Amino acid sequence: MAKELIKGNEAVIKGALLAGCDAFYGYPITPASEIAHAAAKYFPLAGKPFLQAESEIAAIQMCYGASGGGSRVMTASSGPGLSLKMEGISYSCGSELPIVIVDIMRGGPGLGNIAPEQSDYNQIVKGGGHGNYKVLVLAPNSAQEMCDLTMLAFHLADKYRNPVVVLTDGFTGQMMEPVEFPYPNPGDFKKHHWAAMATPETRDSIINSIYLDPYELQEHNEKLQKKYAEMEKNEVRFEEYMIADAEVVGISYGTVSRVMFTAVDVARNKGIKAGMLRPITLFPFPKDKLIELANFDRVKAFLVSEMSNGQMVDDVRLATHFKKPIYFFGTMGGVVPQVEQLAQEFEKIIKT
Amino acid sequence: MAKDILTKPKAFYDNFHRKPDQNKQDTHYCPGCGHGILHKMIAEAIDDFEIADRTIMISPVGCSVFVYYYFDTGNLQVAHGRAPAVATGYKRTHPEAIVISYQGDGDLAAIGGNNILQAANRGENITFFFVNNAIYGMTGGQMAPTTLLGQKTMTSPYGRKAEREGYPMRVLELLSSLEAPTYLERVALTDAKHLMKARAAVRKAIKTQIDGKGFSLIEVLSACPSGWRMTPTDAVAWISEKMEKTFPVGVYKDVIKDRKPNTWTRMLEKVPFEKYHEILELTGEPMEIEADMSSVLDIYKNPEILIAGFGGQGVLLLGQFLAEAGMRHCWNSSWIPSYGPEMRGGTANCHVKISEKRIGSPIVAKPSILIAMNLPSLDKFEPLLKPGGLLIYNTTMISRAPSRNDIEILPIPATKMADQLESLRVANMVVAGAIQEKTKLFDEIILKDCLNTVVKHKNFIPLNLQAIDKGKEYVENFGK
Ligand SMILES: Cc1ncc(C[n+]2csc(CCOP(=O)(O)OP(=O)(O)O)c2C)c(N)n1
Ligand code: SF4
Ligand SMILES: [Mg+2]
Repeated sequence: MAKELIKGNEAVIKGALLAGCDAFYGYPITPASEIAHAAAKYFPLAGKPFLQAESEIAAIQMCYGASGGGSRVMTASSGPGLSLKMEGISYSCGSELPIVIVDIMRGGPGLGNIAPEQSDYNQIVKGGGHGNYKVLVLAPNSAQEMCDLTMLAFHLADKYRNPVVVLTDGFTGQMMEPVEFPYPNPGDFKKHHWAAMATPETRDSIINSIYLDPYELQEHNEKLQKKYAEMEKNEVRFEEYMIADAEVVGISYGTVSRVMFTAVDVARNKGIKAGMLRPITLFPFPKDKLIELANFDRVKAFLVSEMSNGQMVDDVRLATHFKKPIYFFGTMGGVVPQVEQLAQEFEKIIKT
Repeated sequence: MAKDILTKPKAFYDNFHRKPDQNKQDTHYCPGCGHGILHKMIAEAIDDFEIADRTIMISPVGCSVFVYYYFDTGNLQVAHGRAPAVATGYKRTHPEAIVISYQGDGDLAAIGGNNILQAANRGENITFFFVNNAIYGMTGGQMAPTTLLGQKTMTSPYGRKAEREGYPMRVLELLSSLEAPTYLERVALTDAKHLMKARAAVRKAIKTQIDGKGFSLIEVLSACPSGWRMTPTDAVAWISEKMEKTFPVGVYKDVIKDRKPNTWTRMLEKVPFEKYHEILELTGEPMEIEADMSSVLDIYKNPEILIAGFGGQGVLLLGQFLAEAGMRHCWNSSWIPSYGPEMRGGTANCHVKISEKRIGSPIVAKPSILIAMNLPSLDKFEPLLKPGGLLIYNTTMISRAPSRNDIEILPIPATKMADQLESLRVANMVVAGAIQEKTKLFDEIILKDCLNTVVKHKNFIPLNLQAIDKGKEYVENFGK
C-alpha cells in the first residue's frame, strides 16, 4: 500500500494501471480531462499506448479493437462524449468485449456546463445505445473509490466479458483525498484467451455482433440476458449508514451521497431517525435490499436525492413496488444539494 | 452466387463454415461483383507472405460485412465506418499483427470519413483496401460520396447534380495531401492489365505494413452490377469508360523507400508490473504521524476551510498543502477546487476539510476558517463564516475592515510580506504559517515536510519555508 493525496480523476489512472490496463484511448472534455492527462503521462512510462483519438466515437472504437485483441483497455469522458460513445458501447455489448468506460458527469442537456450533475443516469444505466444490452455501472463517491472501483471495473469487465462504466460526477473527479494504492496482482497482466490475438492458436477467433438468423440472434440475446441476471445475482454492492433503526431512509450516490451522509448526522442530532443506503452498483441495483427496507413497518418513507430531474428515483420506485412514499429532492445545472436542505427534507418527511 | 473463386488461396477457409446458407463454397457476392476478386488478391498475398497466423481482417459494414466468412485469419467485425479506429486500437496494442482494414465507399468516405482521415494523418502502420463502387451496394443502391455526376441511384433518382449533392469525392487525392501516408494507389478491377496492377498494389500495400513502413491505402474501382443495374460485362466497361475519368488510376504517393522501418510500428517496451509503484510515483514514504486533536482549541478542531482569492495567489495550492498536512497526521482530509472557466475569470477558491471523523460532504458551506486573499472573496464569503469562526484576510489587497463582529479576525499583509521575500507567489505560505500559529493544528515538522509534496520545483522550498516562518512570526507578535 502507498498513500497519496490525489484527485479522483488521477486515482482512476493509477488504479487502472495497477489493474493491468494495457491501453488508454480518449478525447479531452472537462471535467474528465485529468484522466486523459494522467494516462498520457503514465501509460508510456509503463510501455503502454495512450492515444488521443479524433473523437469519442473513435476512442470507444479503438477500445473495441484493443479489447478484441485481448487487451485490457479503457476510455474516459463526460456526458457529451458518452452520447457519442453509445454506438461503441452497443457494439461492445453485442460482441461481448470487456472495456472500462469512465463517465465524469457534467451539466446537460446539450453543452450544458461543466459543473457536476447526475443526469447521465438513464443514458448509462438504462442503455443509451440500441439493443437489449446492459452494462455494469459502478458509482464511486470518493477518490479512494475512484481507484478501487476502477480496478474492480477491470475485474468485472473480464469476468463477464462486458463493458463496465464507472459513473460519477464532476466533484468526485476533481476532489483530492488520501488514497491508498494496492500492489498490482500478476494475474491481471494476462491476455484473454478468447480474443483474436494474431497468433496461430487464436486464428479462428472472431469478434462479431452479427447474427443474421432471428432465432440465432434471439439465442444470443438470451445468453446476454442470462449474463445480466448473473450480474444481478452476484454483483450488487451498496453501503448502509445508520439504517438499523431508521424510519426514513435516504438514497443517493456519488457526491450527493456524501452530502446525505452528513445530513443524516444532522437529522439524527435533531432526534430524527434517518439513515441511508448508497448504491455502489447502479446496475445491478440493490433491489432486494430496498424491498426488504420497504417491508419494515418502522420504515415510513424514502428520500431520494440526485443532481438530476429524478432518474434513479424511478429505480427506487420499481424496487419498492411503491410500498412506502418516496420523496425526491433534486438539483440540476450543477447545483449541489446542501446538507441543511437534505436534513430539512428528512425532518419534513418524518413530520408529515 | 458467384463462381469466381476457382482455386482457393490458403488464407480462405476451405469450407465457408460461417456462411449460414447451404452453399459453403461460393461467396455471397452477386455475379460480376468486384469484392470477390479483391478478396482473392488479398488472400493470395497473405499466402505468399505467410502471414495468415498473425493477420487480423477488419470487416466493415457494407456488402463486405461478411469478410469473416472467407478469411482464415483473426477477424473483427466492426461498426459502419469505424474500421480505421478499431484497427488503430488493435494495432497499437498488437504492433506485431498485420491489420487489414477492408471498407466500401459509404463506409470509408461518408460515415467514417474523419476516421480514415485521422488514421492516415497519424500514419498508422495498417493496410487499407477501399472499394469504390460509386454506390451503397448493401442497402440497395443509394448515392455514395463517390457517385458520379449524373449517376442515378435510389437517392439521386434524377442523377447526381453538383449543385445539389456536390462532386464525387476523390479520397486518394485528399489523402495524398497529407504528410504521413506512405503508399497510396488507385487501381481498377477491369481488364487483365489492370488486374495485374491491382494484384501488385495489394501485395505492395501489405508488404509496406510488414516492413513497418506505415500507412497504405489502395482505392479499388470495383463493379457493382446489381447496384448499377447492369450486366457484369457492361459494369466493367462502365468502370473503364466512366469511373476512371473521375477517378484516374495510378500511384498517388509512394515514399516507401524514404521511410525507415520500425519507426512506424510504435513498438513499446513493456515495463514489468513490479515496477509500477515506481512509475506511478508511489514509492516515496512521506513523513507522517498518528496525531489527535485533543490539544487543539475546540473552535479549530476538525476545521472546514474555505480559501479564496485571485488565480495566481496560490489559493488552490494552499488548500492542497493543508489537506496534505491533514492526511500526514492520519486524519481524513478533502480538497475541492472551483474548476473550469470560473478559474479563467480570475477568481479561484477551494474547500478543505480536515477531520478526525469520516468526511461526509466535502463541500464547505459554512467555513470555520475563511481565508480571503482579495476583496471580492471577503465580500462574497464573509457572511458564510460560522459564528465564532476565524477570518484571515489579506490586508495588502483588502482595504475595508470585515463587517462581522461575531467572529475572530486576523488581518495579515500577506502579499506585502511575500513581496519582502521577493516573491509574491509565497503569500499563500505566509498565510499557512499564520494558520498554524493561530490554530496549532499541525505538528510543525510534518507541516513543513508537506512542502516536499506540493511544491513542484524543489529549489523553491527554502523560500516557502521562510514564508511559513514569517507568517508564524507575524501571528506571534500580533497584538503584542
Ligand atoms: C450507423 C449505420 N448507418 C447505416 C447503416 C446501413 N448501411 C449498411 S451498409 C451501408 C452502405 C454501405 O455502402 P458501402 O460502404 O459503399 O459498401 P458496399 O455495400 O457498396 O460495398 C449502410 C448505409 C448501418 N449499418 N449503420
Ligand atoms: S450489391 Fe454490388 S457490391 Fe454488393 S455484392 Fe452485389 S454487386 Fe457486389
Ligand atoms: Mg459502395
